[in-house]
Amino acid sequence: MAFLDRTARGFFLSELVSGMALTFSYMFRPKVTLNYPHEKGPISPRFRGEHALRRYANGEERCIACKLCEAVCPAQAITIEAEPRDDGSRRTTRYDIDMTKCIYCGLCQEACPVDAIVEGPNFEFSTETREELFYNKQKLLDNGDRWEAEIAANLTADAPYR
Amino acid sequence: MVSFWSGYALPTIIIILEVLAIIIPLLVAVAYLTYAERKVMAAMQLRQGPNIVGPFGLLQPMADGLKLLTKETIIPAGSNRALFLAAPMVTFLLSLVAWAVIPFGAGLVLSNINVGVLYLFAVSSLGVYGIIIAGWASNSKYAFLGGLRSAAQMVSYEVSIGLVIVSVLLCAGSLNLSRIVEAQHTIWFAVPLFPMFIVFFISGLAETNRAPFDLPEGESELVGGYNVEYSAMTFALFFLGEYANMILMSALTTILFLGGWLPPLGIPPLTWIPGPIWFFAKIAACLFVFIWVRATMPRYRYDQLMRLGWKIFLPFSLIWVLVTAGVLETFGWLPK
Repeated sequence: MAFLDRTARGFFLSELVSGMALTFSYMFRPKVTLNYPHEKGPISPRFRGEHALRRYANGEERCIACKLCEAVCPAQAITIEAEPRDDGSRRTTRYDIDMTKCIYCGLCQEACPVDAIVEGPNFEFSTETREELFYNKQKLLDNGDRWEAEIAANLTADAPYR
Repeated sequence: MVSFWSGYALPTIIIILEVLAIIIPLLVAVAYLTYAERKVMAAMQLRQGPNIVGPFGLLQPMADGLKLLTKETIIPAGSNRALFLAAPMVTFLLSLVAWAVIPFGAGLVLSNINVGVLYLFAVSSLGVYGIIIAGWASNSKYAFLGGLRSAAQMVSYEVSIGLVIVSVLLCAGSLNLSRIVEAQHTIWFAVPLFPMFIVFFISGLAETNRAPFDLPEGESELVGGYNVEYSAMTFALFFLGEYANMILMSALTTILFLGGWLPPLGIPPLTWIPGPIWFFAKIAACLFVFIWVRATMPRYRYDQLMRLGWKIFLPFSLIWVLVTAGVLETFGWLPK
């Protein structure tokens, strides 16, 4: 009987037909892919994207050049030089991140005592040359200015869990 | 002078215009077949498909064509230059030449020859040459193996296609394609010859090297098959040829089994729609099945492919030819 069953099924192509019916039914289901550049997927408030150096509301930069991020960075992507400013406060004179070395582990933002260095929600920062990925202090501060609203919102959203 | 003009020049111009009237829509159809294929496959795989270039991505085929036109034609140093360039032209030309005998409607045919089926069969057999020449002239092992596979496959499936066509001819009593369509006035041959219709369609898939029989271009083992060394316009010609062959195979299925330009039933609301529109609708339906099969089936193994062709389809279609002939003879239904 099993033989007859199998032969009949092969002869009448029933497996082919059921397979075709399945693909046909899939044709009318909603699409699962996103229309990427126009449509983006949701990202968590903890998302670790492009780095930014933040400022206080009065425009003063947060970073106090404690170099904890430089010390903790497992990829040694961060380079900091610092000296006291004219008003006596300790500030960085150089804050470079080599984005080609960075592994986006987020330890720098964990280490920072003043929430100065953070990884923002931006993940679309590809460049055409390697040199453009060697970020300096100015670039990082500009990123901070540009993404401040999103970064601040993400930090408040994540605060209860810290 | 008058006789030259009316007897020679004018008919030539008319023929050229008729040829253009077939070829240009055909090439547009090929372009939009690639678009339809990508869209339908995307829908079946829950993807979006091309949707950036123009509304709904409708200009995508134009963008692809332009891209291929502006690329550089690379001729491998070890290749046989003349044959390497001739192969895509052969493939492309043969896929166009076959359209000369396809009837688009009652009397709407470029050349209404009495052996239309034989002509089509001959042209589609010649198509192997383009591929095998491409495989050989590339002087590359992948292209060579792809060309050999393709040639073996096309030759194998042509045998069963031939027998299927014989059973249709027994029912129609003519080799003229228009007469074959007219013979289906009472009932489409797809109904009485349903198993043959299936065999013909599957063989058509193999003949045009389409999935699940696209072994000649099996990416996983042969990189790209016979066209692996081709780029730019030479590749585009192969591509156009392949898709034009798909349309041709659908047209042939329509003519032999689905009643060509005839409506499904000879009753008024259906007969108001002109014949060519029925013809194109049926071709489109066949092409949809081509794409649908590609989205559904995994690729065959090569020995399975040969087994299917020689050990299943050939005996099956042979028996069916005998059955058809026997039935027609016994009941006296042979066409006069």
